[in-house]
Order: sequence, then C-alpha cells, then structure tokens
Amino acid sequence: MFVPVTETTEAVADSLHQAAHGGGDFAQLIHHVQDSHELELPFLTIDLPHLPPFTVAGITFDMSITKHVVFLWVAAVVLCVIAVTAARQNARRDAPHGLGNLVDAMIMFLRDEVVLPNMGKNGLQYMPYLLTTFSLILLMNLFGLVPFGASATGNVNVTAGLAIIAFVMIQASSIKAQGVKHYLAHLTGGVHWGLWIIMIPIEILGLFTKPFALCIRLFANMIGGHLVLVSLIGLIFIFKNYFIAVAPAGFVVAINFLELFVAVLQAYIFTMLTSLFMGLGMPAETHSAESHGH
Amino acid sequence: MLELNPGLILWTIVTFVIVLMILRWTAWKPLLAAMAAREEKIRASLDQAEHARQQAEALLEQHRKQVAAAEDQAQRIIMEGRAMAERLKTEILEKAESARQHMILLAKEEIRREKDAALLQLRSEVADLAIGAAGKILDKNLDTPAQRSLADAAIREITKG
Repeated sequence: MFVPVTETTEAVADSLHQAAHGGGDFAQLIHHVQDSHELELPFLTIDLPHLPPFTVAGITFDMSITKHVVFLWVAAVVLCVIAVTAARQNARRDAPHGLGNLVDAMIMFLRDEVVLPNMGKNGLQYMPYLLTTFSLILLMNLFGLVPFGASATGNVNVTAGLAIIAFVMIQASSIKAQGVKHYLAHLTGGVHWGLWIIMIPIEILGLFTKPFALCIRLFANMIGGHLVLVSLIGLIFIFKNYFIAVAPAGFVVAINFLELFVAVLQAYIFTMLTSLFMGLGMPAETHSAESHGH
Repeated sequence: MLELNPGLILWTIVTFVIVLMILRWTAWKPLLAAMAAREEKIRASLDQAEHARQQAEALLEQHRKQVAAAEDQAQRIIMEGRAMAERLKTEILEKAESARQHMILLAKEEIRREKDAALLQLRSEVADLAIGAAGKILDKNLDTPAQRSLADAAIREITKG
C-alpha cells in the first residue's frame, strides 16, 4: 500500500496539534466511553435530567440519571423480561426449549460449576443473588458492544455498587453460617492474643480487599476493551488516511469478538469469586458433611 | 471514568436490590423449582425404567425356564409314548402269533376230528350199501365167481380208505 510519507506526517502533526489544544475527533471518541448526561441515539441526542444533589453524612449524592444509569436500567429491564419469560416457559413444559433452555443452561452451569463446588449445598440459598449478579453484569457488559450502547460496568461506580453488595453478602453469609461469635473469632486469625494487634487489622483489611479487587477487576476489564477500541479507531483519525484505516478496522472487529468473550468471562469471574469468598466464610465441615453425606 | 460518584453507586445498589427482589420470586425460584422437579422426574423415570428392565429380565428368565421345562416334559412324553407303543406292538404281535398258533392247532384238531367222524360215517354207510348191494346180488346170482370177486374187491376198496 503506497502512502506518501510527507502527507501522512503532516496529517499526524495536525492531529496532534488539535489534540494538544483540547479538541479534535479523538476527544469525541473518548467521550463515548465516559458517563455523560446525554443519551446518543441514531439521529438524535436525548438530554438526560439533572437532579439536585443532596448530602447525607457528609457525602454528596448526585442522583442524576446519567447514560450509565440508563443502561443499568436497560440491562435490568431486559434481564427481568428474559428471566420472567423463561420462568413462564419452563413452568409450562417439561423439556426447556429456546429462551427457557438458555436461561436453564445458565442456571445449571452456575449451580453445578460455581455454587456447589465453592459453597456446597448450603450455598444453594444464595443462588438468586448469584444468578442476578451474573446475569445483570453479563447484560451490562454486552450492552457496551451494542451500537449506541454503553456498558455501565465500564464505570467504576457501578462496579463499586456491585462490590458493596458482594461485601454485604459475603459477611452476611459468613455470619449466618457460623454465628457472630465464630465470625468475630475468625477475625483474630486464630493466633495468640498477643498478635491480635497485628492480626485483626490485617484480617479486617482482607475483608475489604476482596470486594475492592472485584470492583476494580470488572471495571478495568470492561473499560480496557473499550479503550483499545477507541485507540484503534483513533488511529484512523490521527492518520486521516483511508488506506491506513483498513488495518485498524480489521483489528477493531477482532477486538470486538474478544470483548464478547471478555464480557462473559468477567461476569463469570465476578460471580465465581463472590461465591468463593462466600464459601470461605462457611465452615468447612458443613461442606463436607453436606457433600459426603447421604 | 474514575471519579467517584456516590449517586451512581447508590443507583446501582438500588437497581440491583430491586431486580433481585423482583426476580427472586418471579423468575429464579420458579426456574430453580422447575429444574429440581425436572431432575427429580428424570431420576424417577430412570429408576422406573431400570426397575421395569429388571422385572422384564426376571420374567424372561422365568419364561425361558418354563419353556425349557415344557420342552423337557414333551420330550419325555414322546419318549414314553414311543416306548409304550413299541412294547404294545411286540405284545400284540406276540399275542397274535400265539393266537394264530392256537387257532391252527384247534383247526387241525377239528379237521382231524371231522375227518375221523366222516370216515366212520362213510364206513358205516358203505357197509350198509355193500350189505344192501350184496343182499341184492345174493338174491340174483351170487354164485357167479366173477361177481363175487367184484363185490369183495369193492368192499375192500372202501374199507381201506
């Protein structure tokens, strides 16, 4: 492919000049990944309402409906429709078919490959929570791949919210399984009381690092894929050349497929690790007694 | 992207909890229940099929045994029948043979007796005839030596037999 070198250099220099002065096409690209107060649809842009922020206990909550809130809700509504339809279908017939079969396969996978190995039969009571986590994250991830869509999980606040729920569920399941006394005793790490002053802060820190890792992992994976796409498409705008555009376009298609995989994988990893952490807080003997019993 | 926005965190938590509450009762519980019911049904069906198979196998075995026993019995009956027939045949043949012999003997006896009786009767009748004839001849010309010898010869002839 023959491209005049001088022209390309000039184009790149021009692009960099524009970018340095805060503007240009690239800035518009990155805008699509970020949260915003407007919803972009084909041929029209909807301005989303600003709500007055309020302050509780020194924290200011801005409950404005942003783009990511909208896609959080879209995912939630789609999930409700799919799950309820599947439930109705499966209640009607013996052998699941179509949508019911898809949801059924997902539930069976989560139950047999995630919940039972990590938490034992005792963990089956947390199936609704883990199913909601998995499917909601999966749908939010996938909406980032839909044209004009956005992935709410590419926003650290959304993943933080999910991680806070996971934190609560991990502690609650642990306390429920072994009682408050054993739960608190576990925080000492089972060492001599003289070491408690070191041990207790470490254990308490450990409680928070797990959900924190969940939050950052999901967010970073989702935003990472999008940033790669933005960078590849950005190359086209930097070079301003149709011939060079072919290569990034091909890469973008490949990365899109990778993102599709990552969307499923990260939803699985979030759910699997939550289930694992919940299982860690459950006494081991309940596991073995349940799984080896009968 | 990275700026903290407590409002969005709150929205996420609220949305998640609402979705969880809705789906817990309308979707996940029925789906899990349907799945458990289906698994139970499949297990029951498999158990039932296994049970039925075992039953059928036992039945087949029983039938096989019965058929074998029946065949045995049939074979034995045939053999017995054959032996009996053989025995009867020889018996009947023997009986018939002895009866024949007996009848032949009786017939011979009868024949002999009849012959003797007939001879006796004939003799007496011939004697009577001869005497009659002789009387008649005597009345006429008994003196003729030729006639005389003729009568003698006749009498002899008759008595001899």
